[in-house]
Amino acid sequence: MKPRFDILRVSRWCLLLSGAITVAGVIVFALFGFNLSTDFKSGSEVQFELNQRVPEARVREMFASIGLPLGDTSLTVGGIQQNVVMVTLPEQLTAKQISEIQAAEHRFFPDAKQDIQVNSVDPFVAEQTARKAVYAVLAAAACIVVYIAIRFEFRFAISGIIALLHDAFIVLAAFALLRREVDLTFVAALLTIVGYSINDTIVIFDRIRENLKIDKPETVDDLRAVVNKSLWQVMNRSIRTVLTVLIAAVILYFFGGISIRNFTFALIIGLVSGAYSSIFIASPIWVAWRSRSMKKASRGDKAAPIPE
Amino acid sequence: MKWGRLLAFLAMVVVVLGLTISTGPKIWKSIPLGLDLKGGVDLLYAVDTPKGHPLDSTGKAALVRAIEMRVNSLGVSSPIIQLEGHNQLGQDQIRVEVAGVKNQQEAVNVIGATAQLAIYGSAKIDPKTGKVVPVGPPLATGADLKSNAHWVVDQQTGQNAVAIEFKNASLWTSITKRYLQKPIYVFLNGQLLTNPVVEQVMYTGQSEISGGNLTTPQACIDLANELNAGALPYPLTLESETSVGPTLGATSLHRTLIAGVIAVVLIFAFMIAAYRMAGLIADIALVAYGYLTLLTFAGLHVVLTLSGLAALILGVGIAVDANIITYERIKDEVRNGRSLRSAVRVGNRNAFRTIVDSNATTFIAGLIMYIFGGEGDVRGFAVALMVGIIVSLLTAVLFARAMLMTFTAAQAVKNPWWYGAPRGVVKSREAKV
Repeated sequence: MKPRFDILRVSRWCLLLSGAITVAGVIVFALFGFNLSTDFKSGSEVQFELNQRVPEARVREMFASIGLPLGDTSLTVGGIQQNVVMVTLPEQLTAKQISEIQAAEHRFFPDAKQDIQVNSVDPFVAEQTARKAVYAVLAAAACIVVYIAIRFEFRFAISGIIALLHDAFIVLAAFALLRREVDLTFVAALLTIVGYSINDTIVIFDRIRENLKIDKPETVDDLRAVVNKSLWQVMNRSIRTVLTVLIAAVILYFFGGISIRNFTFALIIGLVSGAYSSIFIASPIWVAWRSRSMKKASRGDKAAPIPE
Repeated sequence: MKWGRLLAFLAMVVVVLGLTISTGPKIWKSIPLGLDLKGGVDLLYAVDTPKGHPLDSTGKAALVRAIEMRVNSLGVSSPIIQLEGHNQLGQDQIRVEVAGVKNQQEAVNVIGATAQLAIYGSAKIDPKTGKVVPVGPPLATGADLKSNAHWVVDQQTGQNAVAIEFKNASLWTSITKRYLQKPIYVFLNGQLLTNPVVEQVMYTGQSEISGGNLTTPQACIDLANELNAGALPYPLTLESETSVGPTLGATSLHRTLIAGVIAVVLIFAFMIAAYRMAGLIADIALVAYGYLTLLTFAGLHVVLTLSGLAALILGVGIAVDANIITYERIKDEVRNGRSLRSAVRVGNRNAFRTIVDSNATTFIAGLIMYIFGGEGDVRGFAVALMVGIIVSLLTAVLFARAMLMTFTAAQAVKNPWWYGAPRGVVKSREAKV
């Protein structure tokens, strides 16, 4: 495909935009923190299904009747017919309370599926889980840097990782801004995004590397032209791949089970961000870095070849 | 047209579709489903070992056996029991997953309850609580018993009782000798059960316990079961529990599956619209991908969870990406003016390195997730992702390539339009090789 416009020229605005979203996210999570699910803090989560659209007030009444008043944010409604209730309670439910909830459900909604799902986690377990998740993200990023540095070069590795962290940050910022619940499946989603983001970046870097061998740019302008050409060459693939994966993620979001909602929501944001950052963040950063060392090299020795 | 090649191509298609349709449903049924898909309870316990005595391998084995017996007594079988590392107090943790339990609370009670039987030589009344508490170290505990306790009716008194037998008969002999004509105190879970007076020296190691709540046959059978299962001295503390009702699980599975089918159908249609014949070949490779992935799951006994299922469906995306990269390369080569056959060959070769590099990085992410993820859900997802990547390399790259090459060699179609190239681009030579 022919270069339609200079992607590298608009990249400055993209960096600003991404920066703004990230800063907004950081401010929100510095001020309010994340809306952590019971996976990450102690408490219980109760889920059940009604055979009607969930009447929120009635559900609140039901919990109030057994001495468990619900706060403003602890009730989530889901399901295709808006018939699944998910309630988060700050305390760990005792066996007695669970059977009381079951009984109350029977009283308030006699026609419902008499089946409740309860998750409760001890704070120890939750902290352990959170720590493991953080280690997993950092370790994955480190291993990916090493792999790219070996297969490509160090500059590609760092630019790719910046784009990757950008995607993780955008997803975190989105969850903080929208007050969506951060649970264990969110961690899985984040790690998938890490995988996809780097996958996408590699495809583009691979094409840049290939074109560098063919064109052998000697000036910064040549280099920018090569990168622009490479970006446009893979554009078709980038758009089509993201489209197919997005189809899957969006459909899973709307029609899949309610417990993977957060997972798919994170994926949708991460996939879009991943496709965007590979083109508008990772490549421009690499170009800026590479041009700087080209200038240095040309100052030192005009005839010196550009290091690969 | 070369009929031999076309026939070979058609044979590949028939084999894939035939295998999938004939054995696919059976394989699908043989994959164990996670608790979130079929319902059940997931319990995490801390093991209360004495200070400075971590769980050793015999202790572990005893614990697992005891839990198995308890779960079996619930009328369901094959629980998943795993040691999970340590909590912040340094205690060992053990995870018990039982599928198909109807009454969550009963399961929690039965699995967590330890029949802590202990026999003491003396006891006193605690002045604060008014309860009888043991004094000194126990003479014997449940760990000293053989696991053959059972319910009996005492022939002299007609009372319900539990027959027990000591592993080491001489221990019981020495106790009864020392406490002849004196009371001994039998505590169950810290509660005084009975304090019989020893009336004769017992040489066989056999005895009976009765009293307290042991008035009905059921109570005796329950205690006997607990004693048999609980011949280990570690109390378990419940740290977290998750339960999924069987119908909720089924609804989630059903919904996610429907969503998956819709997504796959749309992706198939998209591929055909974008790449025509080559898209159709990619779709057949995707069927092979789905089939092989399920086969791998069945073979490795990977437990399929909701997030694993999501990873599988998204794995379709990874597989599709490999095809898209290849086809875009083929289109490039057609633009460069190559013949269809050489474009397919060169395009495949050029795409291969990109696909390997990009999949390797995703695989690394999956592997790290598996190693550091810890928790069951993340781990299941990681396994599904890794299996998906390897299978997609085999099917979307190798198999799809073989099909594409064979089909091209058959020369059934000559227009690159069938491979997704727009009309009129051929031989425009806008880029040089």
